[in-house]
Amino acid sequence: MIFRRPVFWLILIFAALMAFIPLHGNNVSMREDLILVAVAVILASNLNLMIGYTGYVNFGHIVFYGLGGYVGLYLATVRGWNLILSALLAGVAVSFFALLFGLGILRLRGAYFALATIGILVAVQSFVSNFDPWGRSTGLYVPFDAYQRLGGADGARRALWITYFLVIGVMALSMILSLAIKISKFGLGLFAIREDEDAAVVLGVNATVYKAIIYSVSAFLPAVAGALMFYKNGMIDPSIAFEFMLSLEGIVMLMLGGKGTVVGAALGGGLYEKLRSYLLTSPKLSNFHLVIAGALLLLVVLFAPGGLIGWLYRLVPRSEKVIE
Amino acid sequence: MSGILASMIDGVLIGAVYGLAAMGLSLIWGVMDVINLTHGAVIALGMFGMYILFAAFPINAYFLLLPIIAAGLVLGLIIYWTSVHWVINRPQLASLLSTFAVNMIIIGLGTAIWSTSPYNVNFTLRGITIGAYTFTGNHMAAASAAVVIALALEVFLYRTRPGKAIRAVADNREAAELMGISSTMVLALAFAIGIALAAASGALVSTLFPFTILSGSGYQMKSFVVTVLAGLGKPFGALVAGVLLGLLEGAVTPFIAVSWIPMIEFGLFVVVLVAFPRGIFGRDTA
Repeated sequence: MIFRRPVFWLILIFAALMAFIPLHGNNVSMREDLILVAVAVILASNLNLMIGYTGYVNFGHIVFYGLGGYVGLYLATVRGWNLILSALLAGVAVSFFALLFGLGILRLRGAYFALATIGILVAVQSFVSNFDPWGRSTGLYVPFDAYQRLGGADGARRALWITYFLVIGVMALSMILSLAIKISKFGLGLFAIREDEDAAVVLGVNATVYKAIIYSVSAFLPAVAGALMFYKNGMIDPSIAFEFMLSLEGIVMLMLGGKGTVVGAALGGGLYEKLRSYLLTSPKLSNFHLVIAGALLLLVVLFAPGGLIGWLYRLVPRSEKVIE
Repeated sequence: MSGILASMIDGVLIGAVYGLAAMGLSLIWGVMDVINLTHGAVIALGMFGMYILFAAFPINAYFLLLPIIAAGLVLGLIIYWTSVHWVINRPQLASLLSTFAVNMIIIGLGTAIWSTSPYNVNFTLRGITIGAYTFTGNHMAAASAAVVIALALEVFLYRTRPGKAIRAVADNREAAELMGISSTMVLALAFAIGIALAAASGALVSTLFPFTILSGSGYQMKSFVVTVLAGLGKPFGALVAGVLLGLLEGAVTPFIAVSWIPMIEFGLFVVVLVAFPRGIFGRDTA
């Protein structure tokens, strides 16, 4: 049972702290920092389902986030639907899209799959840049009254807090989903595919279906998060929605924390986001944030392929039982 | 009608440069099964290498290719020993990530030095005018240079001992080692050549279009498309596929908005990848 796992309760405590600390004293700037951390954790955790659990590198993971943002924003503003409903529908639509594509490109293995994901990212970005209902390259804007519909009389200010709590909720769900898959039979099947796909197939794992499902599942929560975040930001356009760099930084986060572990993905996401915002705001280092991130990634890949959590496991072998 | 023809000829000329870029990627991929994600960054470095050299020595820019290729070989050895050698026997994810890390470092340094504003190499060769259309000298010279370099690589791979060693290691690393080939040296050499080709193609591109430090990634994407079209480890096939891609771009440009082109290219890329995993020139030898 998932409730018997200490990590499950850790996740809940962590999410509760994230939600309530900025609420104390109405600390808006802290909230804006933490929402970025939460998004990093969401992206890294869901990417972990593909890279860490299944062993398939997805370079185009951000496509789910961006598409979710577009579908969500389109429904919430142009159609004027409820935000939560729009975000959920965005998740469903993007998952379905991922399932269709996954059935095609998951026939490819290893590096070929990785390249195809880049292809999908670029193709989708190019399509959206030319798609009239979504405003082509200028994108979509959230009109101010949309916030008032959500936030009531106090309007925008409450709407932003509501979005924040929703994003934290999605973050907690992402981690719980990672944990639930890890301890399930389905998760074992994914691990088998990661270790040796042919052997897994021989042992009765339906690799095609498993891979398509996990690809689709890994799309759902990022899409919901994308819908919420771009709603909060008030606008979306193709270059910010499908930022290849962010997709790649997601991989850095995952490797830093430790791929294949629930806590590692979240830890890497949080730490990397803090590091990045520190580097970007520091006057001396802001030009070099990519260099530092790159050097960090290189060191992790060469010397600590298990990331921070892998290092912890080696240091304290018993921790593997608790920190999953 | 003749407009389309002119656009297609232009496409073929640029396609030869795409092909040269893809040859570097294809060689490394085929020989050591590493997808070199520093490719785009090195292409960008080739562009800036040309910019700096041309500013220092304002002679015919195409002669400056030689020092750029030499510098590319050295850079290739450096990248190989820092990031590729240690992960070559690990799962592919490791080399994808380590070369990507180097890519971030190069792009980060480049952005710090040159920012992301556009540069150009102010060098023009006289073109040929046929009727209402002019084919610029730079396009023709760049395409010729690309073909010459591609032929030189082909001769090197098939006629010289180090070249044959590279092909032997690509075919079967263990067997090649049993024949007395030092596979480490061969891998380093192949990687260096791949990087030099990328740098050379970047230098050629810089004589055609304005560029920024980020321009390389677009050519990296095109190189992926071309490599996959040609099939892995077929450097000369990559040149042909590059020309085909250029031809396709040239043929569709008069009819649709330029912003649709990536969609078409990458749609094609994914379809070819799924339908012909060995490339359209690949034979089913497995």
